[in-house]
Amino acid sequence: MENSISVKLKIWRQAGPKEKGEFVTYELQDIPTDTSFLETLDILNEQLVERGEEPVAFDHDCREGICGMCSLYINGHPHGPATGATTCQLYMRRFKDGETITVEPWRSAAFPVIKDLMVDRNAFDKIQQAGGYVSFNTGGAQDANAIPISKVAADEAMDSASCIGCGACVAACKNGSAMLFVSAKVSQFALLPQGKAEAKKRVKAMLQKMDELGFGNCTNTGACAAECPKNIKLSNIARLNREYISAKCSD
Amino acid sequence: MWLFKSSVGRKVVMSVTGLFLILFLTFHALMNAVAIFSVEAYEAVCEFLGANWYALLGTAVLAAGFVIHIIYAFWLTLQNRSARGDDRYAVTARPKNVEWASQNMLVLGIIVACFLVLHLYQFWAKMQLPEIMGDYAASGEEALELAFGCWWTLPVYLIGFLAVWFHITHGFWSAFQSIGVNNDKWIERWKCIGCWWATIVMLLFAVCAIALTLKYAGGYDCIGAC
Ligand code: SF4
Ligand code: FES
Repeated sequence: MENSISVKLKIWRQAGPKEKGEFVTYELQDIPTDTSFLETLDILNEQLVERGEEPVAFDHDCREGICGMCSLYINGHPHGPATGATTCQLYMRRFKDGETITVEPWRSAAFPVIKDLMVDRNAFDKIQQAGGYVSFNTGGAQDANAIPISKVAADEAMDSASCIGCGACVAACKNGSAMLFVSAKVSQFALLPQGKAEAKKRVKAMLQKMDELGFGNCTNTGACAAECPKNIKLSNIARLNREYISAKCSD
Repeated sequence: MWLFKSSVGRKVVMSVTGLFLILFLTFHALMNAVAIFSVEAYEAVCEFLGANWYALLGTAVLAAGFVIHIIYAFWLTLQNRSARGDDRYAVTARPKNVEWASQNMLVLGIIVACFLVLHLYQFWAKMQLPEIMGDYAASGEEALELAFGCWWTLPVYLIGFLAVWFHITHGFWSAFQSIGVNNDKWIERWKCIGCWWATIVMLLFAVCAIALTLKYAGGYDCIGAC
């Protein structure tokens, strides 16, 4: 059975990086509850274009929870009130009829606003470029059982690798720390033999880049893991600390 | 040096000094408990920890632990505030399983530090300090009488204990997380151990403070306590 709701969207509008932003409230009537949140913004933008107003700029791409492009801080939660889901996987049935929904961009010094709800997440690419890869040629795919890897390690590496680099962890963190992201990227290699060869170099380079870019110091509040759409676990941060400390001690 | 140049290093310093302070608190609580059972035994402890070289060395190391922990706390907070940026969210919600204490460690720490100043004034400045200076040093019992004979000492101490309790419930497991001694299994264990540890140690302090207040209540006017 399909229901429709009317909502007020209180959206952060900011013309450019240096411009002063403000909230503008828009009313939307009869939105089917099966509409996704991003589709609701599309509907709003159509109306704005028809009225000759500037549409709301927001990031999106795959709209199926795999690319990490969508963002939005909705009613106090990155990716909205649903857990383990991205904004593109959020549906209007989560909201009540007549509700005012506050939509803000990620707010962190390392993620400056480009326009409206769009922020510049280039800092994550820079961290990845600092070491989030295996630099040697691994040749053709190995025989499946040529290099034994325990099921536990394989599963954990796979879980860590599910980070989509959306930046919700930074947005959720009161310290603007990127530790959950970096720890996921370090862990996915640290757990596997292919990644071990460069483990020390990698963790030092990525962490140094992270600090350099102005992300905060982790104080273990755990807001990142609670809000991460891919349920990346806090134990990754402990692993990152461990890898870094042992790399530094063996210098 | 990575202990102050890198974010992980700075957290290691917080972690190690924090664990050291927890260990100190534990010994402190145990020594206090002696005072409820026997004043003579307590005097013996005070005597042993007078102004001997090992007591002074211990005091210096302890003071350094506090000072480093506090300086790093402010330094980290300043860095973190600027990492967060000047724009604050209009609406924020604390996700469940994010502890309140974890987001208020600085405020809790400041309350603890204020309490510490009073506490040092009531005891250290009357016992070890004058001994170092060669002045008349109060005995353990005199200092206890002076402090707990005053009506407001107990409530202020209890507030201090509560702040320390909150601070440790987060600080304990967080310390192990920061030095990398944690995983999916241990995270809940550390949290549980930390909670018990903080509760037992702080209860011990509270019981001592209450017992001593009952013993010395009304003994001194409050001007005398300070
Ligand atoms: S750790 Fe989670 S919240 Fe952070 S970037 Fe990866 S998927 Fe997004
Ligand atoms: S748009 Fe790709 S994850 Fe949401």
